[in-house]
Amino acid sequence: MDENRRKVMQSGAGVTLLGLLAAAGWLEPARGADLGAQAWNRAAFDTHSVADAMHALGILDAKQSKDIAFVQTPEIAENGAVVPIGISSNIPKTESIAIVIDKNPNPLAAVFDVPAGTEPAISTRVKMAQTANIYAVVRADGKYYVATKEIKVTLGGCGG
Amino acid sequence: MGDPMKIRATAVGDSTEVKVLMSHEMESGQRKDAQGQTIPAWFIQVVTVTCNDKTVLSAQWGTAVSKNPFLSFKFKGGAKGDKITVTWTDSRGDTRTDVASVT
Repeated sequence: MDENRRKVMQSGAGVTLLGLLAAAGWLEPARGADLGAQAWNRAAFDTHSVADAMHALGILDAKQSKDIAFVQTPEIAENGAVVPIGISSNIPKTESIAIVIDKNPNPLAAVFDVPAGTEPAISTRVKMAQTANIYAVVRADGKYYVATKEIKVTLGGCGG
Repeated sequence: MGDPMKIRATAVGDSTEVKVLMSHEMESGQRKDAQGQTIPAWFIQVVTVTCNDKTVLSAQWGTAVSKNPFLSFKFKGGAKGDKITVTWTDSRGDTRTDVASVT
């Protein structure tokens, strides 16, 4: 009797394990997409605060820098759904530029990797939920630098 | 497969200026439809730009990049006729690649 019970218990455990594996497999398509071209930093993009986003990007300390400029970026955005942001860095050996918007549901908006030969200046358009500070975070020679600009939003771009 | 991108690459002096306009909903996952159901997030996650197979810019995007994303930057080098290839991959695993020549 006891032996039978043990077998049942074992096979039961086996089923649970299979179930877990299947569940993990079922989650694969979403994860597979991330790996499609290169790793997408889900941990950093899923964060809900600036501090968490910075932490997930491995940024422990970012120095304020006057060598990072906002180009063609408005003081006031009439439409939060389309806010032009231009960031240019004069810091030598700039390796990447990240855009972080502090009042957005997910503050990290974008990370641009700038290979040697490409000018450390990019422009794009972002959505802003409300008036917020935009942080331009630059990694140069392994160190982090940040510049901040407040953009006033008259109409939010996330709630719709 | 989304709609084609508009890519303009112009040689200016010893640099090339690249401007890309992609066609994508960039659904934030915050909006609700008429029934009050949240519309699931659907957005471009990874963008890669190459010039004749050399990567000149790569980016990771979140939901905060605007609908029909715009991207512009410059890189050193690049001559008339060079091939600029832009590839994006979105959160559904969909991908699109478009090619333009530097003018």
